[in-house]
Formats: sequence, structure tokens, C-alpha cells
Amino acid sequence: MRFRRLLEQAVPLLSLMSSIILLAAITTVLGFLFLKGWQSLNFQLLFGTTPPLDAILFKRRVFDCLFPAMVGTFSLVCLAVCWAIPVGIAAGIYLAEYAQGKIRIFFNLIFDVLAGLPSIVVGLFGFSITIFLNKQLSNQIYPCLLISSIALAFLVLPYIIRATQASLEGQPESLRLTALALGASKMQNIVRVLLPQSLPGITSGVILATGRCAEDTAVIMLTGAVATAGVPRSLFSSFEALPFYIYYISSQYADQEELATGYGAAIILLFICLMLFSLAFVIKKRVRLSAQYRAH
Amino acid sequence: MRRTTEQIIEKICFFSALISGFITCSIFLFLLIPGLPLFRGGHFFSILTGPWEPGLGQFGIYPMISGTLAVTMLTMLFAFPLSLGCATLISMEGNFRLSRLLRKIVEMMTGVPTVIYGFVGIFLLVPLVRNFFVNGGSGMCILSAALMLTLLASPTMILLFCDSFSRVPHSYGDAVLAVGGTEVQKFLYVTLPCSWPGILMGFTLALGRVLGDTLVALMIAGNAVQVPGSLFDSVRTLTSHIALVFAADYNSPEFQAIFACAIFLYFFSTLLAVSVRLIHSRWRINT
Repeated sequence: MRFRRLLEQAVPLLSLMSSIILLAAITTVLGFLFLKGWQSLNFQLLFGTTPPLDAILFKRRVFDCLFPAMVGTFSLVCLAVCWAIPVGIAAGIYLAEYAQGKIRIFFNLIFDVLAGLPSIVVGLFGFSITIFLNKQLSNQIYPCLLISSIALAFLVLPYIIRATQASLEGQPESLRLTALALGASKMQNIVRVLLPQSLPGITSGVILATGRCAEDTAVIMLTGAVATAGVPRSLFSSFEALPFYIYYISSQYADQEELATGYGAAIILLFICLMLFSLAFVIKKRVRLSAQYRAH
Repeated sequence: MRRTTEQIIEKICFFSALISGFITCSIFLFLLIPGLPLFRGGHFFSILTGPWEPGLGQFGIYPMISGTLAVTMLTMLFAFPLSLGCATLISMEGNFRLSRLLRKIVEMMTGVPTVIYGFVGIFLLVPLVRNFFVNGGSGMCILSAALMLTLLASPTMILLFCDSFSRVPHSYGDAVLAVGGTEVQKFLYVTLPCSWPGILMGFTLALGRVLGDTLVALMIAGNAVQVPGSLFDSVRTLTSHIALVFAADYNSPEFQAIFACAIFLYFFSTLLAVSVRLIHSRWRINT
């Protein structure tokens, strides 16, 4: 009895303590980053000595700054999301509306497996495919932007599938039946009624996937990201990316100035990811939480 | 006409699902085939249990497996109680504004990129560990990695715990309050026991995430190939081993050995995914 009373008194205290520890830790981490890095945030960090407009219009090559890495990350994310959206949404529709019985269980399980794969494994898969193509097809094939973006698309495919599936399945039965009762076909019901209704859910899933693409480092470091490449010229060239740049700087920095650009890059990446995540949360508050789980 | 369009679209959806499933399987194949030469000579167990001595022609991944397990277990040891505590505070009614604020911050934390934790780990946590503990060595050790990974694993675990607490029917809790129980008693004797499948699921998912994380361990665990003996030993995880060795010549046994690491990771994460699905389906039946 005494033990129980003690336990009951301890629970609020312990929970408050663990919350304070967590808050203190995250404040320290982010505060440290900002305190050390805010001074390096300026135009020179982004564009070096090149005038910003020239850099954005690709008139001149820019060096010693984050511009190539940002362009690299941007094109990588766009490509990867472009590959993943059509397949992901179509597969999500299939899973929510058509699949039944054993097939459904099978696909659910296999997408869970895909969602749980560590990103370095997906990256190694991309690398292994590159070697395979290099040996079998032509020795011109090297790790490049295209292969990186495809591997990233595999990585975020389950997020989009799950978001589509969850928001379609979440539609109320009454809505589901209305159009059918008025004589619409199954396809019309999906395209005209169910999909528009679940658009917020799908969009938030796509935005979360975008955030994952932007932050992932393990996949791109195995499939073509390099420290100095300039702005990527084509799909088949290697590229720079913000997260890889941060990783590279942390281990290879030569002087304090270079380290400062690392802090700057970290703040920019943090800002981009937090913006994307809060956007996704605003668009749809309740995304399926387990869809966010991936080791990376 | 309309019927054929419908059928075509249904087929397209089916093929998209099929392709996605096919990708999952082909990932396994593309890991297995390059790794095959290693397994062919019956070396399978010697790879899993042997030491990593490339100079002596030994390419066992046992040090990496033990390093991964050490980091993962220590992280879960920190993260599980921490997450349970935070989730309790968020879920318990009473201090409403504080718990809303905490929830917002935790949600925001899920969006922080991994590489940031690694970066701050190198420049803040590692020197701290080095100076604070006498036998801290370089500061790049299991403890540093586990502390940073705790921050990485906690937010989603907290949100999943909160989710499973809120699924317990309100009437159960109201019954406790009606017979004079306190909020704490309601939580301790009703909510917590009723939501154990959700807690187990959150734990399993977080375990998978910590196990497969690359960047934090790669940046702050030190990457020395050794079986860890203490908290302050530098270790190399399976994931960082892949990241460190992949640039080797791709006919060499070193390179083939990283596929053994990847296959191990693949199996383990599949195992976790299957168990999460099992817990989830049992949970649905129960509630």
C-alpha cells in the first residue's frame, strides 16, 4: 500500500522531470546551433563573391558557397518526389479501394518492410544497381543525380502510399456511398469524390516525403553526392547536397571559416525541414504516425 | 468505352502496387547477389561471428553487430523511460497549456534532420563527454552516440504513446474518477495497462529507427572496429561500416562483406516490421 502511494506521488514528478530533460536537451542542441551559426548567415554564405542574380540565372559558376549544394538538393528533391508521387498515389489507391483479402495483407506487409528499411540499405541498393549497370550495360554509368533521385524515390514511396491509403480509408462510409447511390461508377466515385476529399491527407504525406528527401544523407552519400561538383549540369553528373555538405564539413573542415559555412548550412537545412514539417502538420494534423518512422 | 477505361485505370493502380512490391524484393536480391561469394564457401557463420581483420583475410562483422547492439540498447534504455514520462505529461489532463506546448515541440522535433544531431553532437556533446568523464577518451563513444540518438528516437515514440493512450475508451477512465480515483490513479491502473500494445509498437518502431540510423553513429560513435567493453569505448555500427567501406574496390572481400551487413540489417528490420504488424492486428481485435 505504501509502495502504491509512493508510486502515485512519483509519477507526476517523474513525468515532469523527463519532459524538462527533453526540452532542455532540444533547446541546448538548437540553441547551440543558432548561437554558433547565426553570424555566418549572409549573402556571401549563399552566393560567395558572385552577384546573386548571376548565380541564380546560372550565368556564372559559383564557388566556395552553398549555392551549388542548395541547387543540388532542390533538383534532387524535385526529381525524387516526381518519381515517387505517381507510383505512390496509384499504389495507395489500389490498396485502399481495390485490394482485398490475402493480396491486401501481403501488400500491407511488404510496404511495412519497405518503410522500415534503413536508408543506408536503400543507398547500398542504389550503389549495387549502379555497379550492375556499369558492368552489364556500359561503363559510362556512374553514381549520379538520376540514380540518387530514384533511390530516394524508393525511400519515400511508402510514405506516399501510406498517406494516400490512410486518407482514402478515413473517408466516412456515408460519403463513400452517396455518389454510388446516384449511379456513379466506382472509378467516378474515386476520382470525383474520394480523391478530392482526401487531398489534404495526400498533400501532407507528399510534403513529409519531400522533407525526408531533403534531409536524407545516407542514400545520397552512396549514390553520387560529392563535396565539390558545382551546380549539377545534367542528370548524369554528380552533385552537391546540403546534408552531405554538413556531414563532409564536420569531418574535413580545414579552418574556422569553413566550419562556419557548415553551421550556416545546418541552420538552412534545419529551417527548410522544419518549414516543410510544420506545413504538413498544418495541412493535416493527424497523419499516420507510424508512417514517419524510418531509420535514416 | 467507359468500362475499358475503368479497367485500364484499375490495372495501372495494380501495377503501381506491384512495382512497389517488386522494388522491396529486388532490394533484397541486389544485396544478396553481390554478397553471394562470401556465403558460398560455407563462411556464413564465420562472417557473423568472426573478427574484422582485412590484413589477415578475415572479414567477420561481429564487432559491428555488437557495436550496433550496444548503441541501440543504451539508446532505448535512455529513450524509453524518457518518452513514457513525456507522453504521460502530455496525456494527463490538468496542466493543459503545458502539455499542448510540449506536444507542439515534440511534433516539431520529428522534423529535425538527423545530420543536425550528428553535427551538434560532434561540436557540443563530444567535447562535453571528453571533459566531463575522466575515462572519456576522445569523447567519441557509445555514450555520446546513445545520448544523441535518444533525442532522435524519443519524439515519434512519444507521439505514438500519446496516440495509444488516447485510444483507451473514455468510459474506462470516467469509471475510475467516479469511484473517487485521482487522475494519476486513472492513468496508472487503467490507461497504462490498456494501452500496452501501443507502447510495445512504439518501442519496436523506435528500435528499428535507432538500429538503422547511420549519420549519428557515423559522426560521433568513433568508428573503431572493436567489441565494446565499456560505455566509453568507440564503436562502429553496421550502418556506418557500410558508409565507410563502400568506396573499396568492388571485387574485394571487404566490399562483399558490407553486403553481409546490409542483409543483416534487412532481416532485422523485416523482423521488426512483421512484429509491428502482428501487434497492430491483435490490438485491433482487442479494442
